[in-house]
Amino acid sequence: MSQGEYVAAAYGVVFVALLVYVAIIAAKLARLERETAELAELARTRHADV
Amino acid sequence: MSTSSPSSSTSKSAVPALAALAAALVGIAIAFAFYVAPEDADQGISQRIFYFHVPIALTAYACFAWGAVKGLLLLWRKDERYDLESYVAIHQGTIFGSLTLLTGSIWAKASWGHWWLWSENQLVLFLVLFLFYSAYFMLRFSIEEGPRRANISAVYALFGVVLIPVSFLAIRLAENIIHPTVFTRDGPQMSGVMFLTFCIAWLAMSVLAYALYRLELLGKRLDSNLRELRELLT
Repeated sequence: MSQGEYVAAAYGVVFVALLVYVAIIAAKLARLERETAELAELARTRHADV
Repeated sequence: MSTSSPSSSTSKSAVPALAALAAALVGIAIAFAFYVAPEDADQGISQRIFYFHVPIALTAYACFAWGAVKGLLLLWRKDERYDLESYVAIHQGTIFGSLTLLTGSIWAKASWGHWWLWSENQLVLFLVLFLFYSAYFMLRFSIEEGPRRANISAVYALFGVVLIPVSFLAIRLAENIIHPTVFTRDGPQMSGVMFLTFCIAWLAMSVLAYALYRLELLGKRLDSNLRELRELLT
């Protein structure tokens, strides 16, 4: 490997790590959105029962 | 018990601005590292790894220290929110710590011809620090959630902070070193433009870490509030 390729690899590792982190956060947000919708539905059902 | 803090609404509005600032600063830091800073006469192009490797390492130290501060606040004020803040800071520190080891290893291969040298105190001490904080998660998740877990985690986070100055000063304490010592008592051993590039990269990494810290904290608090709401509704 050339010196330039090592530099690209080092910066690439940081970029990939950041992308993975953002993907994890995005997946978590999607789960939270789904759970919020479920809870809202549950609250609506409870309200209708009352 | 809710883990939301009174400032959580302020946090929500600050995260997008922090993320935008971090993205801009990282872009500026990359531009400076590749187009403004001169090429190092000794190491050539591989020295450009320094502009991200060292700020990432310093950010990892700062995150671990921040986690210890939050741990101390938990033990002192007995406020549950500091437990989550300490955990998130240490999680960020571990991410930045693993990036320090990865970028450092690549730089070592490019400059010294070795991925890792066990004879280098600086490398080994940073690895010890990283492994110590990695074990924090094993300890934390082996204890049932509650005040006991929060207190034990806080004490562990405080113990780890002792390793930070040892790891940081290792390159000055060791005599048989290959790892470069850039910051000496005579100041930074680099040109003004190189130092400016380093400072911009350090600022960029610090803001990025803080933005990620706030984002993760926001997600965890939202998760906790939803769990509480689910318990109330079911």
